[in-house]
Amino acid sequence: MRAVDAIMECLKAEGVEVVFGLPGGANLPTYDAFVDGGIRHVLVRHEAGGGHAAEGYAKATGKVGVAFATSGPGATNVVTPIVDAMMDSVPTVFITGQVRTDLIGTDGFQETDTLGITMPVVKHSFQIRSPLEIPRAIHEAFHIARSGRPGPVVVDIPQDLSRAEIEYAPITDLHLPGYQPTIEGNSKQIRQAAKAMASARRPVIYAGGGVVNANASHELVEFATSDRFPVTCTLMGLGAFPAPHPQWLGMLGMHGTRTANYAMDEADLICCIGARFDDRITGKLSEFAPHAKFIHIDVDPAEISKNIPAHIPIVGDCRHVLKKLVKEYRGLEGVDPGRTDEWWQKIRGWQEKHPLGYTDSTDAEIKPQFMVQALYEATGGDAIVTSDVGQHQMWAAQYYHFNQPRRWINSGGLGTMGFGLPAALGAQVGCPDQTVVCIAGDGSIQMNIQELATCAQDKIPVKVFIMNNGYLGMVRQWQELFWEKRYSHVDMGSFPDFVKLAEAYGATGMRFTDKATLVDDMKAALAIEGPVVVDVRVTREENTYPMIAPGQPARDMVG
Amino acid sequence: MAIMGEPGTKDLLSLDELEAAGNAHSGRKHILSILVENKAGVLTRIAGLFARRGFNIDTLTVGPTEDEQYSRITLTFDGAMHSVDQVTKQLHKLINVLKIRDLEPADTVARELALFKVAVEGPQRAEVMQISEIFRGKVVDVTRRSVIVEVTGTTDKIEAFERMVRPFGLIEMMRTGEIAISRGRGET
Repeated sequence: MRAVDAIMECLKAEGVEVVFGLPGGANLPTYDAFVDGGIRHVLVRHEAGGGHAAEGYAKATGKVGVAFATSGPGATNVVTPIVDAMMDSVPTVFITGQVRTDLIGTDGFQETDTLGITMPVVKHSFQIRSPLEIPRAIHEAFHIARSGRPGPVVVDIPQDLSRAEIEYAPITDLHLPGYQPTIEGNSKQIRQAAKAMASARRPVIYAGGGVVNANASHELVEFATSDRFPVTCTLMGLGAFPAPHPQWLGMLGMHGTRTANYAMDEADLICCIGARFDDRITGKLSEFAPHAKFIHIDVDPAEISKNIPAHIPIVGDCRHVLKKLVKEYRGLEGVDPGRTDEWWQKIRGWQEKHPLGYTDSTDAEIKPQFMVQALYEATGGDAIVTSDVGQHQMWAAQYYHFNQPRRWINSGGLGTMGFGLPAALGAQVGCPDQTVVCIAGDGSIQMNIQELATCAQDKIPVKVFIMNNGYLGMVRQWQELFWEKRYSHVDMGSFPDFVKLAEAYGATGMRFTDKATLVDDMKAALAIEGPVVVDVRVTREENTYPMIAPGQPARDMVG
Repeated sequence: MAIMGEPGTKDLLSLDELEAAGNAHSGRKHILSILVENKAGVLTRIAGLFARRGFNIDTLTVGPTEDEQYSRITLTFDGAMHSVDQVTKQLHKLINVLKIRDLEPADTVARELALFKVAVEGPQRAEVMQISEIFRGKVVDVTRRSVIVEVTGTTDKIEAFERMVRPFGLIEMMRTGEIAISRGRGET
């Protein structure tokens, strides 16, 4: 068969249901194979949209997301999604077309060094040099993308090689001698961790996106409730621990709750599970959690002791390690259940004194925080929520209380504006029976708004709620707080008219401006068939609080 | 006497006894011997990793091994500037990297080759040749106004030779960077 038909067979053997992409010259043969290939293809309007859609699909379903792009500009357009997937450990495979082998190196039309450009930002990549390598490369790409610490893998296939005749048989004997992720976790270390947790008087569990990736939420709850361990999650980990739980402290980090950040600051033992002590978590590194010892569980050994030296390092898959940790912990004798009483008293004191809150308007004006609360109510707290990047993202994280994993899909590490809409599209394709909403900013949404056409054409019924304050809000906030309110190029006015724009794209457009009817209005919007864009006009200058100012320690939170 | 919190005992662990591991700066030179798959782009991946993580490479050599499937990269860096733990862990994440050894100086034979082009005239030539002999160097080229000397040895020796010939007028110096192999029967 043709190599391109073998690609389709490889994808099917890997369980791929859908590919997001856009054809071009260098991947014409591959697109010919889609005609009879038996794999759904969603035609996006920009390759970046395709890449983020693959990420949204992967984050919502836990399966590998796949995006196709042509050579040159097609490939450079997926660079942002590739970096995004690397930063947030999203299992994705990007298959890019390349110019014919005789043109490589000649600055041919639409030629670019895709492998070179993406090398610093991929988990791994393959440059195909013979058509015979194609099936193996694709199978290895999927294996690498989904195992260990997940991430993006690029397979770059020259156009002429993809047309060659090859024989295809499914490949099961992968040969990757340099790639053997540690999954199980060292039993001795796990026992040490259990013992340390049992003697801690001020313990905190700090869980991240690794728990979601490893499908370890159940095990996390089991571990936390083996005693009364307080739990906080990173932005990426939200939903890994149910928000209504009595042991839940809220999100931590720059815009986390005071309780979560204060608890980290005063803890004597922090158990970090699938997180990486990012600067948005630690604030000033030298003053981070000054009284704490650290247990660090991560499938990627390079994360352990990278920013914070670990006292008990455990390399392994979060689910496997947590299972063993629960067993060890429950098997311990002489654990004093009352030792954390004083700690909990302190935590309850913080929670009482510093609940998340804001001053609501006295008229019809919609506060952005209120908007998220209204959406929570309108969706019954049961939607998959994607977001773009900025103030709206932080308010969504704070006020939409996620109680299940894979319900909160956003761009954390890279902070990619324009992520939300295509990610929602991908999530909806992966989860057709769920309500998928995108909370966007009026700045962010415009960075991939062309994907509304994809939603309209493919009847992908995502509901986009634009938190419209007419500003690049987070930048405006920083200019207000740290640059003496010298606003520089953050005012976006009231352009475009999102209602008209939505209609032009074949979606339904709506505009909400009244607080009193907002929940009902949102319910009405959610009930509409097909994609909907709602322009929600909110307070123009509202700040996201609380906040750890950049480079400051957590205990000095403001707002 | 059982130490408190030892694995296998029933005692709980004293947090005070825990010591942080990793991330320490050793403060000395490290020689990493890295076995990699002999595939296109592997060197770029390694060099790129060092660049983007801000690790400085002091020397780097690449060559074939006894098995044509693999290549050996020997690189040296300053352990005062970077944690060897972090450098090796990041390198291990590269799929084409098979094995990394942080070679212990005492258990390692390390060698470097250098070529020195020295300006010499008249009686100076004999003097340079005499110094070369002391360093077991070899004169590989002679002209009326220059000599080229080949020296092999440890980095210290090559640096000592450089100090000796620099006053004569060192026109050029070329060094390969170190290669290193572990002592004894076992594989590096």
